[in-house]
Amino acid sequence: MNPLAGVTVHLLMLLALPPLLPGVIGRVKAWMAGRAGPPLVQPYRDLFRLLRKGAVYSRTVTWVFVAGPAVALASTFLAGLLLPLASGRAPMAFDGDLVLFAYLLGLGRFFTMAAALDTGSSFEGMGASREAAFSALAEPALFLALAALAMTTGRLSLSGILGGLDALPAAVPAILLSVAALGAVLLVENARIPIDDPATHLELTMVHEVMVLDHSGPDLAVIEYASAMKLFITSALLAAVAAPGLAGHPLGLAVGALVVAGTVGLVESVTARLRLPRVKQFLVGASALGAVALAAAVFTRGAA
Amino acid sequence: MSLVAAALSLGAVGAFFAALLRGRPAGGTAGFLGGLAACAIGAGAGFLLLVRNETSGAVIPWSSPFGALTFGIDPLSSFFLICIYVVGGLSLLYGRGYFPRARAGAAFAWMNVLVAAMAVVVIARDAVTFLVGWEVMFAASWLLVTFDDDEEARAAGFTYLVASQAGVILILILFGLLARHSGGVRFAAFAAAGAPPGVLASICFATALAGFATKAGLWPLHGWLPQAHPAAPSPVSALLSGVMIKMGIYGLLRTLTFLGPPPAAWGLALLVVGGLSALGGVLLALAQHDLKRLLAYHSVENVGIIALGIGIGMLGQATHAPRVAWAGYAGALLHTLNHGLFKGLLFQAAGAVGQSVGSRDLEKLGGLSRRMPATAVLFLVGAVAISGLPPLNGFVSEWLVYLAALREGTLAAQKGVAAAAILVVPLLALVGGLAAACFVKVFGVAFLGEPRTPAAAAARDAARPMRVAMALGAAACVAIGIAPAAALRLVAGPAAALSGTPLADADPALGALRNVSLGAALLLLVTLGLLAARRALLRRREVGAAPTWDCGYVQTTPRMQYTASSFAAPILEPFEGLLSLHARREGPEGYFPMHARDERHLEDPGEAIVRRMLRAVALVLSPLRALQRGPVQLYLLYVFLTLLALLLWQVPS
Amino acid sequence: MSGVPDLLLALLILVGLYMVSTSRLHACVRAGALQGIVLGMLPIALQWTHGIVPLSLHVVTLSVGAIAIKAVAIPRLLLRSIREAGVRREVEPMVSLHGSIVGAAALVGLAFWLGERMVLPFPVGSRLLVPAAISNVLLGFLIVVARRKAITQVVGYLALENGVFVFGLALAQEQPILVELSVLLDVLVCVFVMGIAIHHISRTFDHVDTDALASLRE
Repeated sequence: MNPLAGVTVHLLMLLALPPLLPGVIGRVKAWMAGRAGPPLVQPYRDLFRLLRKGAVYSRTVTWVFVAGPAVALASTFLAGLLLPLASGRAPMAFDGDLVLFAYLLGLGRFFTMAAALDTGSSFEGMGASREAAFSALAEPALFLALAALAMTTGRLSLSGILGGLDALPAAVPAILLSVAALGAVLLVENARIPIDDPATHLELTMVHEVMVLDHSGPDLAVIEYASAMKLFITSALLAAVAAPGLAGHPLGLAVGALVVAGTVGLVESVTARLRLPRVKQFLVGASALGAVALAAAVFTRGAA
Repeated sequence: MSLVAAALSLGAVGAFFAALLRGRPAGGTAGFLGGLAACAIGAGAGFLLLVRNETSGAVIPWSSPFGALTFGIDPLSSFFLICIYVVGGLSLLYGRGYFPRARAGAAFAWMNVLVAAMAVVVIARDAVTFLVGWEVMFAASWLLVTFDDDEEARAAGFTYLVASQAGVILILILFGLLARHSGGVRFAAFAAAGAPPGVLASICFATALAGFATKAGLWPLHGWLPQAHPAAPSPVSALLSGVMIKMGIYGLLRTLTFLGPPPAAWGLALLVVGGLSALGGVLLALAQHDLKRLLAYHSVENVGIIALGIGIGMLGQATHAPRVAWAGYAGALLHTLNHGLFKGLLFQAAGAVGQSVGSRDLEKLGGLSRRMPATAVLFLVGAVAISGLPPLNGFVSEWLVYLAALREGTLAAQKGVAAAAILVVPLLALVGGLAAACFVKVFGVAFLGEPRTPAAAAARDAARPMRVAMALGAAACVAIGIAPAAALRLVAGPAAALSGTPLADADPALGALRNVSLGAALLLLVTLGLLAARRALLRRREVGAAPTWDCGYVQTTPRMQYTASSFAAPILEPFEGLLSLHARREGPEGYFPMHARDERHLEDPGEAIVRRMLRAVALVLSPLRALQRGPVQLYLLYVFLTLLALLLWQVPS
Repeated sequence: MSGVPDLLLALLILVGLYMVSTSRLHACVRAGALQGIVLGMLPIALQWTHGIVPLSLHVVTLSVGAIAIKAVAIPRLLLRSIREAGVRREVEPMVSLHGSIVGAAALVGLAFWLGERMVLPFPVGSRLLVPAAISNVLLGFLIVVARRKAITQVVGYLALENGVFVFGLALAQEQPILVELSVLLDVLVCVFVMGIAIHHISRTFDHVDTDALASLRE
């Protein structure tokens, strides 16, 4: 399809689809628990409801608190522009853009953590500290998996990597291991069980939810929307890697992302949250998987 | 070239008058104006020479035993001149607001001498001139490290002395080996003679690495850095961390130009050293709660990143991949400049905080964003830059190193080299993640929340010259982040010269950088747009204010906020095996506990190394104490006897 | 009249010996002044008798300058600072005066022996030039090492420096810059002296006594 149409579809997917994923997760969890569950479009309604509300700000906070959600959303949106959602080549693809992808997500995280510390509350500080610990360990896993895929395909941009995967049957072991590593990273980035429990309301057990405890109204809407967008992006990435050939096909990727969301729902229903020290071991394990994927990529590269 | 000479002379004149009139305000003004003019001219000269890609030389005849003093300019030197003079100028500007009038004269005098000496090191073209510049640089910086003349400064000064001179000995050995091989002391002769045969080349490289790594602060020879940089006054710390340690990098790069195309083993060695420095530096930084010590460890980390870039560049040269080599060197050089800018900014902000609150301990700060708004914003810019996050300059240089590593990993034929190169990628990711975590901690604990002590509550923003200097540095960071292509043009020349590729091969990276610019601009636009939309939305809504939600605690005090050590504890926990952590806990006891205590200290193996070096030196030299009796006449007698001995030895022959 | 430079140089050595042996501070300083006058006359004498040193405005200025600084300015400064610092009038030796004289004689002998060995590749104005130079250097050192008062040490340094000046005269044709440099060294001496006067070293260190500097011992 021509570039302009491609960009339009890409933007549509990126802006409109994300809230559907939390809806799918909620629905799957409810179904597993034997309930009817909220409608699929409930997150959309929640977002509009929040946008209509006013806001309450703590007296301690500064401009950082206000900037946090905005930067988080902006960086996630920009990261989304680097994925080949609608066409084989993302709107802003270039060699080495996988680094920008990861670092944009990191920028969003930085400001969310700063906004959390801005409130001067121990709870938010706790959440920020844990988030920092987990994400520091998850970054190498992400990069190991992406590097393994880069070595397998010989390309250096996300569009190139994701597009080049379906032509390489010999790369299956590397791809499988990368999928496992990327799956773990997805769970961490989006604060899902077994890393974090988005449904609990005990501050001492939360990681991501507690960071946004003091946000309200439109700020909270932006934050929830940004989380949904991050979930969508990471799911699309995972889907594109797990099912090579999906990259560049909007409908296929949308379905793939929804399937990933459903899988997340399933995982959330059957496992419990890990104890905090175990989470770190889990992440180091993910890095180990990524490293093995890399090793596989290095040593099968000659054969491919 | 004459512009550089003008800059040097202005700097020297400024230093002279500042030293002469020190103690009086006129001295401070003289030193400041002279130094600022020198830096402006010097930076301008550097830009002009770099843009023109000029290579020229000059010789000053001197009756020193080794012949004339040789100077020269080439793209590498011009680039480093820019680094030196830009950061130097910013430090001087900041110092104008920082130093009290009475001490400003002496401080500016030595700072001018330091800047001039660094410039001499960079334009020197023979071993003698280089070493003269190096030692003057050391002397001036030592005077500045011990400027405050308190316990901390004196201890730091001694450590710095021993470590630095150990490095100089190694550099002397290096130059000796090279001179023996080429038969002269001029750099041109070194380059023409190429690498010495066989294992001697590797010995030269190892010596160069050890000697220059001591100055650069690479692990494990970094032990002096976390003592010296915090002990110095803040404008000086900015100058030391920002530029002086880069002189070690310059020395290493210059040695590489003598030794010709490197074998892969050297690149791998540099990757190991760089990786250990980066990871060790950031982990140790996480454990600190002294603001300036933390920043000093981050300097170790960033020099490690620069070393990683150089290592990849060398690997690229070894595997005949010119694009990889170019990207690696370009990333390392750009990171040198970037680090000078944002580390200078961070040290300046830390100095402003320290001066205003009276303490550098993170656990005593808090809520400074409301009391020092300008400093807070500028510190945030520096923090985002040093974490390597887009859209600022740290990201651009780290991205170049990533790109080089990815290229080398995917293209290299040798499995070992490819694996080593590609492992740089997750390592950098880990380091970057930890650095971001550390700076969230620092920014959050120091500037956000509520003040933890009355001193923090009474803080006031920095003086105008300090704010201007910081703002200029921050502006430069933003500019390089948003328009990296221009910055890349600065490093293209030196990177091409180092990697042995023609200049035209730089294009692919430049094209990619356009997208980075676009992304950065888009990011800012979208953020601003969202903020505007939010404001529009809330205009018609009810906006209230309330205290932070506290889960029902009736009397929250600011001390109950998350502390820096608590923030860092979970992050450091997986790495506890690598670093020795000493923790002391007195848990709360009973139903109404009155006391509890939790203290954590991280032991730095680098400091243990330096301590052992000091002890060895003391052991060797203590017998000589017998010679030191007291009366001045005795020492003069020693001189006299030596003179007699020389006369008797030389004359009869 | 080939003997004039020889005479002057011999006078130089004798005055040096006197400086070592005297126990009065003022006499020491005046001896230094006398050495200055002798040195001032040397270039002219050398030129006059042997035509070795090129006589020109340059040399005349040099002589006049040397006399002005060494024989007039510096002794005057020294005497003034002795008065202002309240220094006691005696020379305080670390080595006894007798020992100093014996040592001085030995050093002069050594100087002559060295002068014999040290053959310069170009003709020198007088046979005594090199020995006189070396002996002044050595005697100056002896004074510096064997005396307690800071003022005496300055005088000793002056003597040392006079020796260097004489040596410079020998090389004047080859390296004219050396002679000018050695005159500049006198400026350094002025700085020393002014330092003593300005900082009233006698008050800080109790009679300009360098023994108190022994507190520098580790």
